[in-house]
Amino acid sequence: MSVRTIAVDYLARVEGEGSLRVRVHDGRVDDVELQIFEPPRFFEAFLRGRRYSEAPDITARICGICPVAYQMSSVHAMEQVLGLRVGGQLRALRRLLYCGEWIESHALHVYLLHTPDFLGYPDAVQLAKDDPDTVRRGLALKKAGNALMALLGGREIHPINVRVGGFYRVPSREELDQIRPTLESALDIAEETVHFAAGLPFPEADEDYEFVALQHPEEYAMNEGEIVSNRGLRIPVARYDEEFERAPVGYTHALQSVRKGGTPYLLGAMARYSLNHGQLTPRAKAVAHEVGLEPLVRNPFRSIVVRAVEMVFACEEALRIIAQYDPPSDPWIAPPDPIPAGVGAAATEAPRGLLFHRYRLAPGGQIESAEIIAPTAQNQKRIEEDVRHVVERSLALDDAALTGMCERTIRNHDPCISCATHFLRLDVERT
Amino acid sequence: MAHRPRLAVWKFASCDGCQLTLLDCEDELLAIAGAVDIANFREASSAIVEGPYDLSLVEGSITTPDDAARIREVRAQSRTLVTIGACATAGGIQALRNFGDVAEFQQVVYARPDFVATLATSTAIRDHVPVDFELRGCPINKAQLLEVISAYLTRRAPNLPTESVCIECKRRGNVCVVVAHGTPCLGPVTQTGCGAICPAYHRGCYGCFGPMDSPNTEALTESLHVHGMAPVDVRRVFRTYNAGAPAFHAAAEAAGHEEGAP
Repeated sequence: MSVRTIAVDYLARVEGEGSLRVRVHDGRVDDVELQIFEPPRFFEAFLRGRRYSEAPDITARICGICPVAYQMSSVHAMEQVLGLRVGGQLRALRRLLYCGEWIESHALHVYLLHTPDFLGYPDAVQLAKDDPDTVRRGLALKKAGNALMALLGGREIHPINVRVGGFYRVPSREELDQIRPTLESALDIAEETVHFAAGLPFPEADEDYEFVALQHPEEYAMNEGEIVSNRGLRIPVARYDEEFERAPVGYTHALQSVRKGGTPYLLGAMARYSLNHGQLTPRAKAVAHEVGLEPLVRNPFRSIVVRAVEMVFACEEALRIIAQYDPPSDPWIAPPDPIPAGVGAAATEAPRGLLFHRYRLAPGGQIESAEIIAPTAQNQKRIEEDVRHVVERSLALDDAALTGMCERTIRNHDPCISCATHFLRLDVERT
Repeated sequence: MAHRPRLAVWKFASCDGCQLTLLDCEDELLAIAGAVDIANFREASSAIVEGPYDLSLVEGSITTPDDAARIREVRAQSRTLVTIGACATAGGIQALRNFGDVAEFQQVVYARPDFVATLATSTAIRDHVPVDFELRGCPINKAQLLEVISAYLTRRAPNLPTESVCIECKRRGNVCVVVAHGTPCLGPVTQTGCGAICPAYHRGCYGCFGPMDSPNTEALTESLHVHGMAPVDVRRVFRTYNAGAPAFHAAAEAAGHEEGAP
């Protein structure tokens, strides 16, 4: 009998703190445990008693990499309770802000966290010594995304301009026009990035994912839509609980999301692309076609190409929104007085996938309960499946190489452990 | 070849936003990497060089028994230790637990609270180890971070202002949101450094850089009342990202309270 243990005590190039344990017993994978030891911060507990209007700023602090996602899911959930319908240019500006976050977050992942894996470097700084142009491209893209967020949001990390009902101040036409050259150049770089990413060497993998994402009849979904999957799921967001559950599983007794019945699913760029690629912008579609990106991506290593395609989309979409922009007369829609009681649920597409928020408000607008389900919490179980399969395929590798493959497999999904505030560290007992 | 200073970046309970600020220095990142040896920065690199380190940037607050021990190890390995952001300097938003019942919090959030190893409080790094400099902000400001790194590389003290947001707001040419629109604003008691962004976006400052040196929170509280904030909302506004900072803590305590509110 032989037992082989692959252990990564501290995953690098992911956002937040996690570790991995894999146990192989007589050539079979017994256990795969993606452990997350990010300390709990109790957002849902301390949100109780806060005003509804504080949720966008407070929940943004769950994640410095995708604060806009938290702001968007929370404002949409609150607007449901308040009966506010934010449409027209205010809705377009929200989408524009989200484009900035997708560009910034994807550029960070593609160039600084993921690319070094394919080219055999420990980080982008080392890569830059041999190939400065590649890293500079990534930094330029990231900077463009951040510039868009800073323009609309005041700053790129924890923007200050989002509120329930709209914004505090909307930009002038001239302000948005000034960022066009930056975005036009970013669009070219994003296209180059697709070609660059598609030319990377990809390990073999073929995963049978259930992809879950929002879908909207008129656009590549970001802020609104129904929850759909490639296995026939189609529900309004309010019915999330009927189809998904958070199951206590062994070492994470807390909250590991699965479909009702226990099967894992995958959110994020690969899910969105596979479900909604027909709604991509023209250049995004064209470049995906040029590099031969398959309509249903089943090799998670190729997620880097999908993120690059989504950056092309986000640049094009941002330019489209800017071109049609006509400043609204009011920066927001004021809330009703008094604030009604009620429950509101919303999901939006964070860079890493569907981010669900639900709040119950007391009369007057005080939060009675809050529930936040982050993308990485939902992906965790599916990422473990990927690791299991990669280990099964790669048993011939020595421990160092196999460990490296496991880490890469996790990084394929851009896990954001800071977001996954529900995760626990638990010590695993072995016999 | 001369010794390149070794930089380490550490994370405790936080959102990662302050260490992301370093990666957000898109124009300077490669220059920084040329001037220092980025020896331990897990979020950005899988190559880890053992300590000691010349400069440690510490993000996040102390919320678990393990982290209380780990920060002492970090201190022992660091010639200079700088905290970055509101979590590390004041306990962060998660310090709201300090005013609640953490056991009850655990039951709300986790299915099996008995498995969560957590402390009853979220505390600043300085409550555990000596700190050489505290960089404010939720999140920190990029230019201020670059100043801190440059200062310690050249072995001088960082030159950063401790005055109120009002000064920066005037310099930026903002119209005062309090005077012009009657919007409640924490600018008069909040340390500058953000760029007075909120007033520039027609919003009152919400104090994410924490209290300035010697803030007059009593006078500000009166102004907040005059501009329509109920006592319970004054309490809320001081209890956010820097709730654990002594001056904001005292101001929140001095404000009113109501059933069910924090």
